[in-house]
Amino acid sequence: MKIRLATVWLGGCSGCHMSFLDLDEFLIELADAVELVYSPVVDVKEFPEHVDLCLIEGAVCNEDNLEILHKIRARTKVLVAFGDCAVTANVPAMRNQLGAANAENVLQRAYIENAQDNPSVPKADGIVPQLLERVLPVHEVVYIEYFLPGCPPPAARIKSLVAQLLSGAEPKLEGADLKFG
Amino acid sequence: MSKRIVIDPVTRIEGHAKISIFVDDAGNVSDAEFHVVEFRGFEKFCEGRPFHEMPGITQRICGICPVSHLLASAKAGDALMAVNIPPAADKLRRLMNLGQIIQSHALSFFHLSAPDFLLGWDSPPAQRNVFGLIASNKDLARAGIRLRQFGQEIIEILGDKKIHPAWAVPGGVRTSLSKEGRDKIRAWLPEAFVTTNAALALFKKTMETHQREIQLYGNFPSLFMGLVAPDGSWEHHGGKLRFTDSSGSIIADQVDPQKYYEVIGESVQTTSYLKSPYYLPLGFPDGIYRVGPLARLNVCEQMGVPKADAELKLFKKLGRGAVTSSFLYHYARLIEILAALEFVERYMDDAELSSDYLRADAGINSLRGVGVSEAPRGTLFHDYTVDRNGLLQKVNLIVATGQNNLAMNQTVAQIARHYVKGKEIPEPLLNRVEHGIRCYDPCLSCSTHAVGQMPMHVQLIGPEGKVLSEVARG
Repeated sequence: MKIRLATVWLGGCSGCHMSFLDLDEFLIELADAVELVYSPVVDVKEFPEHVDLCLIEGAVCNEDNLEILHKIRARTKVLVAFGDCAVTANVPAMRNQLGAANAENVLQRAYIENAQDNPSVPKADGIVPQLLERVLPVHEVVYIEYFLPGCPPPAARIKSLVAQLLSGAEPKLEGADLKFG
Repeated sequence: MSKRIVIDPVTRIEGHAKISIFVDDAGNVSDAEFHVVEFRGFEKFCEGRPFHEMPGITQRICGICPVSHLLASAKAGDALMAVNIPPAADKLRRLMNLGQIIQSHALSFFHLSAPDFLLGWDSPPAQRNVFGLIASNKDLARAGIRLRQFGQEIIEILGDKKIHPAWAVPGGVRTSLSKEGRDKIRAWLPEAFVTTNAALALFKKTMETHQREIQLYGNFPSLFMGLVAPDGSWEHHGGKLRFTDSSGSIIADQVDPQKYYEVIGESVQTTSYLKSPYYLPLGFPDGIYRVGPLARLNVCEQMGVPKADAELKLFKKLGRGAVTSSFLYHYARLIEILAALEFVERYMDDAELSSDYLRADAGINSLRGVGVSEAPRGTLFHDYTVDRNGLLQKVNLIVATGQNNLAMNQTVAQIARHYVKGKEIPEPLLNRVEHGIRCYDPCLSCSTHAVGQMPMHVQLIGPEGKVLSEVARG
């Protein structure tokens, strides 16, 4: 039976997903071993039940991120914090240093000061999600089984972890594979 | 009294965009909006940091085209120091940008868009993706994967990493092209040409059977903007700005990118985190312009390399004046891959790329500097204001995809007007509307949706906010 794999993308740059695509021709082999049940690269409407393994890219930045993360945890056996933004909140969390009003401040700069026509902060209920007060790494929101650092993790590191998980072994990351950045 | 249809790509998660379609009482589509729902705040949280850090930080805006931010940021640094960088550094930056154009365009074509043409608009959604392509045509999928890989390898050969290389710096670059790197690129080029020619042949066949899509997918008059060389040739990293209109006439030329703010304004729509830049002299929204491969081919007079120039001639025949159909972004993208390969090939015989004079150095000589580069999906601006110690006081970023925001809105409306009538929402509409957006290969990290099929959820909402009908594809 194929492993049911999902990959998701919260607040981040998509670089970890691009690194996943850097698996290149290994993707063709992977297609025989896993069923990709949910991912930006496949067409599935709702995060499904009974997922075996989910790679989570990105930090938790807004209400939409928060809501889906709880859903993912409830429906998945093994979660991997995929890349530095998921592991530490990394670059998206740079706004946290601006203090309590950071969300307001970043919106002010982009949509009021850097606009010539209709300067106003986007707000539309049900359309544009509100920013959280603080950007969080995923493990501050839900329990995470494994951490895969890197900005992004190089394809070889992703391959090594996925191969270990597929073989049923307890995955080990050592030495250079624990490097951030 | 209008009704509103919301297309929500289960954005709860990877979806960072939604679409609303407004329907009038007669059941006709009156308008549409494209909403981007992700925002991280780089323009503010970079304040106070030294400008030397910016290439490293800002490329984290986007993992699909990090090199664009890396280069635009390094160029803004060049402007703050008011230096001319060594010629070898300029060539090496260009080589990396060509690598990025190849990988990003290959991703857009093979991994994302080809499944629609090749497997069919109405093929089962579960297969209409790159894995479906692997299952149905392994050789083509492998060739596409390897073409993207070739672009990524060029980036890694120069910068040590495929994604987020710490390589370009204000004043130049850190390393030159090694002999091993040169040999590897040279050996791979023939295969890359074969794949690109095959893709061009495939797309030409697609155009024969997709006349309706060419007519309907974002086919309207607008301005076009891109960088051009002093002689009007295609540019991707240097040169100055040119605007043309849909008749092909030049309306502004050789505009200094340092003064982009004299020709470009930004407008906010409160229903989206993506701002809409417009051509200032025409105001908002009349100043709608498009950027990216279609625009670059429209504004330039020649590519500057023979194989791509032959294709450009064919391309230009597809329009009266400018080529105005956004469906033809795909064709333009393939022509740019071909041009990029020819320029890479030319660089392989250039000894200067091995030079060790790679970096100019200086303190702060200008308190404001703008860096501009052609990202795969359009012109990218980084505008930094610093204090005398080089600490950032203000940052403004105009990303490529934003500049296509108005055009993406019109494209969605045009497709919806054709396919939506009354309260019925035909299921295949979803993929077609999606494809309208995909033509632009949007990358807001945003790429979010660009990567693959957006799962879609459409609601037809009446004037009182009540859901009248609903359709989902999953």
